[in-house]
Amino acid sequence: MYNPQLNKDGELSHLLSIEGLPQRILTQILDTAESFMEVSARDVKKVPLLRGKSVFNLFFENSTRTRTTFEIAAKRLSADVINLDINKSSASKGETLLDTIDNLVAMHANLFVVRHASSGAPYLIAEHLQRIGRDDVHVVNAGDGRHAHPTQGLLDMYTIRHYKKDFTQLRVAIVGDILHSRVARSDIHALTTLGVPEVRAVGPETLLPKHLDKLGVHVFHDMNEGIKDCDVIIMLRLQNERMNGALLPSASEYFRHYGLTPQKLALAKPDAIVMHPGPMNRGVEIHSAVADGAQAVILPQVTFGIAVRMAVMSIVAGN
Amino acid sequence: MNIEIRNGRVIDPQNGTDRVASLFIADGRIAGLDQAPAGFAAVQTIDAKGCVVCPGLIDLAARLNSIEAELAAAVAGGVTSVVVPPDADPPLDEPELADRLVHRGTEIGKARVLPLGALTLGLKGERLAELAGLKKAGCVAFSQATQPVVDTEALLRSMEYAATFDFAIWLQPQDYWLARNGIAHEGEVASRLGLAGIPVAAETIAIATIVQLVRDTGCRVHLTRLSSAAGVALVAQAQAEGLPLTFDIGVHHLLLSENDIGFFNPHARFVPPLRTLRDRQALSDAAAGGLAAICSDHTPVGADDKLLPFGEAKPGATGLEVLLPLTLKWAAAAGVELRQALARITAAPAAVLGLADRHLGVGAVADICVFDPAAEWQLSAESLRSRGKNSPWLGHMLTGKVRTTLVGGRVVFTE
Repeated sequence: MYNPQLNKDGELSHLLSIEGLPQRILTQILDTAESFMEVSARDVKKVPLLRGKSVFNLFFENSTRTRTTFEIAAKRLSADVINLDINKSSASKGETLLDTIDNLVAMHANLFVVRHASSGAPYLIAEHLQRIGRDDVHVVNAGDGRHAHPTQGLLDMYTIRHYKKDFTQLRVAIVGDILHSRVARSDIHALTTLGVPEVRAVGPETLLPKHLDKLGVHVFHDMNEGIKDCDVIIMLRLQNERMNGALLPSASEYFRHYGLTPQKLALAKPDAIVMHPGPMNRGVEIHSAVADGAQAVILPQVTFGIAVRMAVMSIVAGN
Repeated sequence: MNIEIRNGRVIDPQNGTDRVASLFIADGRIAGLDQAPAGFAAVQTIDAKGCVVCPGLIDLAARLNSIEAELAAAVAGGVTSVVVPPDADPPLDEPELADRLVHRGTEIGKARVLPLGALTLGLKGERLAELAGLKKAGCVAFSQATQPVVDTEALLRSMEYAATFDFAIWLQPQDYWLARNGIAHEGEVASRLGLAGIPVAAETIAIATIVQLVRDTGCRVHLTRLSSAAGVALVAQAQAEGLPLTFDIGVHHLLLSENDIGFFNPHARFVPPLRTLRDRQALSDAAAGGLAAICSDHTPVGADDKLLPFGEAKPGATGLEVLLPLTLKWAAAAGVELRQALARITAAPAAVLGLADRHLGVGAVADICVFDPAAEWQLSAESLRSRGKNSPWLGHMLTGKVRTTLVGGRVVFTE
């Protein structure tokens, strides 16, 4: 199947989604990230791989955290970083998404990091760049609607590989609001591509997308069963607005059934790790004793995220 | 003007005709088949050798945003009558608006314009529009286009009122609440791409409500653009019960499925959404079995409104100029013979509209399409006369090209 993120040699030109990427490319990104971990530990935290290149952070939706980690990663690669908060500029003047892109390409942009509220927006940009013959300009998806957040998925894989070494013996549970989560979709594709034999989705029916089994996922409605004997537990953020409709009655009822407490965590393997893409809602999806406990690897995830984003940007810009 | 169309393969689904014959046209009507009427002298002779001569296509849904271009597109596609849904700007909810549209259509003199009046004022689903007045101004039936009547009592009352005058109501069955936030079929593809879903229940719940109200009121209802196997089964059951229900299917729903969304292709966004291969098969079976009419659901959309992320792009595709070749494409894939395929876009929509004189028998209106069933051509933005260049088939080769179109015995298009 045609895959718009690969160039004609089958190499990664844009990172739009984990779906459709071969294991070889995922492993290449993780290996490259590992080599960058050492850079962040140096006194002078820079390598010259993107010197003279311009990275535009195009955030059509607010996210301080993701934008900051992309900015740090680009700066460590010696790129010039321009942050554009589109909510406040051209979108309000009626300029279309692709007009904005054309203008920035005219300013010699080399790489766009895109966050957008609509699923598929980074695809539209990548296809437009191909149409106008600019295969030297690259797109990295920093989260589109409910669709994908591939760098988060990759940093989650980096974290799992760091603590568990081998993907092929693991049982991984993803818990919470999978329906609205781009992180969950990217994690599922990454885990199955990297050979994890058992991926579980745990949540109430209202927060699970239909046909999850077609993505190779086992569905559990009971959290105690869902996390039993797992090696990795990925907790998802529950947005407050989910409580407005008929998806859930209240945060406290949610926490009773799907919040990760020390008691529930005891059902997982003793050496299980607990992950969360942040920001956390303590007392809603996760108990503070777990969030701050010995099994949580939530802060290392953030650190690994910078190396992973450095790896992604250096790889796509080199292809 | 007397016209003879000779040497063509005359296919008239309504009369069961399928043979090479000559057709004689005088005073805007069919004057003879095989034999010229006494004293007939042709002013113009059209050689249709190698071509099919069939009744002009009747498209049950075409939006005419720029009326001149779209009516020219219609006759270039062999379409001689277009039913226009009322969701124009402003909505067609006043007799004067309908009158003006019909008048403008006559003035342009290409395809016939058959407007659907708005069932409710502003299509809001609350207060009835002046149905009798709209009818007098030329509206053939009443519709909400894609807008729902959320209030079930308003729906019941409007059906009672329409039944009083024996007016037909056209409804697109889609439950407002289940469809309002969705942009794609709630299935595997929407789950994978993170698109908000519209479940099949949005269609079946609406059909169940409508069927019950038809049973209670006796109102004639035409259901537009069915999208699911379960929906087709419900309607077929109601038809078997003897209820006055008909339905149509958009031609794109016979050829595409949710899988064609691929990586967020905005040209695969439709209302109702493209559903599964199983649903597509059920729609195809219904059309092949003669249960439904096929329409283009022509929706011209500007390029800027499609160059957007999937969920923000306007739904719909251009249709008037591809209705014939896409129907032929479906027929070839589904193993449906040519006469039956043409019936879906000629006799079947004529029956929905209650038009008895749209065939090729002597005395019928001379609305005729002459097309080359073997001609291959590539669909491109430039090849389309319609202002709407939006099509999932751009760049594809299509088979079947219209050579000549007649409306009321006048040649309105020749290639």
